[in-house]
Amino acid sequence: MTVQELPGAAAYRPTPPPAWKPLTDPAPLLPDPEPYRVLGTDAVAEADPELLRRLYAELVRGRRYNTQATALTKQGRLAVYPSSTGQEACEIAAALVLEERDWLFPSYRDTLAAVARGLDPVEALTLLRGDRHTGYDPREHRIAPLCTPLATQLPHAVGLAHAARLKGDDVVALAMVGDGGTSEGDFHEALNFAAVWRAPVVFLVQNNGFAISVPLAKQTAAPSLAHKAVGYGMPGRLVDGNDAAAMHQVLSEAVERARAGGGPTLVEAVTYRMDAHTNADDATRYRGDSEVETWRAHDPVRLLERELTGRGLLDDDGIEEERVAAERMAAGLRERMNADPVLDPMDLFTHVYAEQTAQLREQADRLRGELDAEHDQHGTDDGGAAR
Amino acid sequence: MTTAAATAGERTAKAKPATMAQALGRALRDSMADDPSVHVLGEDVGTLGGVFRITDGLAKEFGDERCTDTPLAEAGILGAAVGMAMYGLRPVVEMQFDAFAYPAFEQLISHVAKMRNRTGGAMPLPITVRVPYGGGIGGVEHHSDSSEAYYMATPGLHVVTPATVGDAYGLLRASIASDDPVVFLEPKRLYWSKADWSPQEPAAVEPIGRAVVRRPGRSATLITYGPSLPVCMEAAEGAVEEGWDLEVVDLRSLVPFDDETVAASVRRTGRAVVVHESTGFGGPGGEIAARITERCFHHLEAPVLRVAGFDIPYPPPMQERHHLPGVDRVLDAVARLQWEASN
Ligand SMILES: Cc1ncc(C[n+]2csc(CCOP(=O)(O)OP(=O)(O)O)c2C)c(N)n1
Repeated sequence: MTVQELPGAAAYRPTPPPAWKPLTDPAPLLPDPEPYRVLGTDAVAEADPELLRRLYAELVRGRRYNTQATALTKQGRLAVYPSSTGQEACEIAAALVLEERDWLFPSYRDTLAAVARGLDPVEALTLLRGDRHTGYDPREHRIAPLCTPLATQLPHAVGLAHAARLKGDDVVALAMVGDGGTSEGDFHEALNFAAVWRAPVVFLVQNNGFAISVPLAKQTAAPSLAHKAVGYGMPGRLVDGNDAAAMHQVLSEAVERARAGGGPTLVEAVTYRMDAHTNADDATRYRGDSEVETWRAHDPVRLLERELTGRGLLDDDGIEEERVAAERMAAGLRERMNADPVLDPMDLFTHVYAEQTAQLREQADRLRGELDAEHDQHGTDDGGAAR
Repeated sequence: MTTAAATAGERTAKAKPATMAQALGRALRDSMADDPSVHVLGEDVGTLGGVFRITDGLAKEFGDERCTDTPLAEAGILGAAVGMAMYGLRPVVEMQFDAFAYPAFEQLISHVAKMRNRTGGAMPLPITVRVPYGGGIGGVEHHSDSSEAYYMATPGLHVVTPATVGDAYGLLRASIASDDPVVFLEPKRLYWSKADWSPQEPAAVEPIGRAVVRRPGRSATLITYGPSLPVCMEAAEGAVEEGWDLEVVDLRSLVPFDDETVAASVRRTGRAVVVHESTGFGGPGGEIAARITERCFHHLEAPVLRVAGFDIPYPPPMQERHHLPGVDRVLDAVARLQWEASN
């Protein structure tokens, strides 16, 4: 039975509820259906050759960093490494679009972005090596600790950007998250807060196809992850995550928009994780070789290399030069990672509270006693750093 | 608003100048006035002044950028507070009710509690999380939880709870000034308890981490905190006619725990009962009893007893009086302290 069939319904004309405020046109918030690309399109003519050359150098170094770190897991020098091979364009662009005063909020996969922002590669790996949780001072580098619980760093980025604006600083926060992370509650709460507060934040989703083994289709029914932006009232942008020039352009625009007071943007980078989730994962259980091969043809380093060589901005010597520079970086990393970190077990109690509680002092004394006994028994230097 | 669980203090109260709610509000106001980096945020804290009116007037006095009505999302509120603290602010977060703080546990446990430690001391987070907790106000489901054990089990957090009007002011000011995150548990059934306390001349700020002897005694020690303090004070008065002279220790701070004050008292009296509303199994009383036993075993004339809420989900309001430890249950426990054996 429809409304019209009700007795006396002829007189009834539905009107909008009194509190209803019609939406303004949501179209400007919606992403284009095709990921934005620069390389191999007309847009590339606008790109700054120097920037392209710089992006290339960073991509080559980034790729080498990933292969070196993965090798270090095999040698037992790293406990685990979530490689971003295949996603280097996202990582590098995220680092390069930020000014020094801006903040980066990386996830556990984004070591490379932190290194590209200038963090000491060894300090960036302390979490994954297992000697310290965060091997650097976040305030000094304006890089939040690499975040393991998915999406929980996103509200931090919002709060920090909000605080900066309250203080009158034109600081932007860029927060990175994976496609799986977009299903977490903290993702939604962060986007909503950011939009309501018009916080200067850029959310970068690296959609690399999988959350460990779960493909995007089982993660979301949304047309794209960038489409989620419209529900919060911020623009969503869809970009080819393997196109370093496109990544740089889209993220730069989002950062500038935020800095100018235009509020947050959600950027979805469509990319692919070439390696397994981490060195401990077996990717053959959930994806086939042919899929990986398709993406290999769309490799971010090769895409940019092809563009640069095609335009005469890069030749074999130039390629070799970057390869050698990357090799030097890798050798340095290898060498420094081969030294055992010096750990002080008493540090376990040092940074729990500003002032040690009586309970912790008691426990620290116990451990000190155990270490002393161990030392006397074996004559080893275990815990020697504590003395 | 007075309840079935109204306390001795309230019943004997004459015209008194201040409630705990007023003292808490005053502490927020004074902290904001003294330090421009103090920001209050939460659900309904602005225009409404909070559902308990603790933040009343703050938005008017300091503007809605210092006292902010946030979207309704506890993880978002606390997560944003983390970022604000990372940038040098001192956020004071209001969780509307005990059970509605649970969505924020991930932020609290994984980030708020650990940031100092994760960053090797480089990034302390001076965040105060105010949580109205406990029962006795006739609240429906999810409005009366005593969640202190969860917070106590998380290293990196301070956990404090005032039981008096003066402490409410002093402890909240100390919490906001602390460079460490503090979970500030507000015993909501004591919000309207009154005492001689002048908002014009607030008492000195008490440091966090010290218990206080509220009533000296010789026969046994009642160890308690927050909403159960008035119950214990009343029990101690009632015990006099039974011939028991009970000492009452108000912990005020659950983390850090004041072993010294507690142990000194139990060594004096030789007997102890721990009293709280929270469930007994896995509750704070087990930890406290164990600590007393470890430190005072040879002084004890009897096992340390616990008087706690039952191990049940918080009951509906018409049944809560059966669940909440009252004076009689405390006195029953005191009676079970093996008096004959030792005398
Ligand atoms: C809250 C939370 N739940 C589960 C995990 C375990 N976990 C680590 S990575 C991961 C998959 C994440 O996938 P995605 O967000 O797509 O990021 P990617 O690994 O692809 O970069 C899971 C489930 C976690 N780290 N945090």
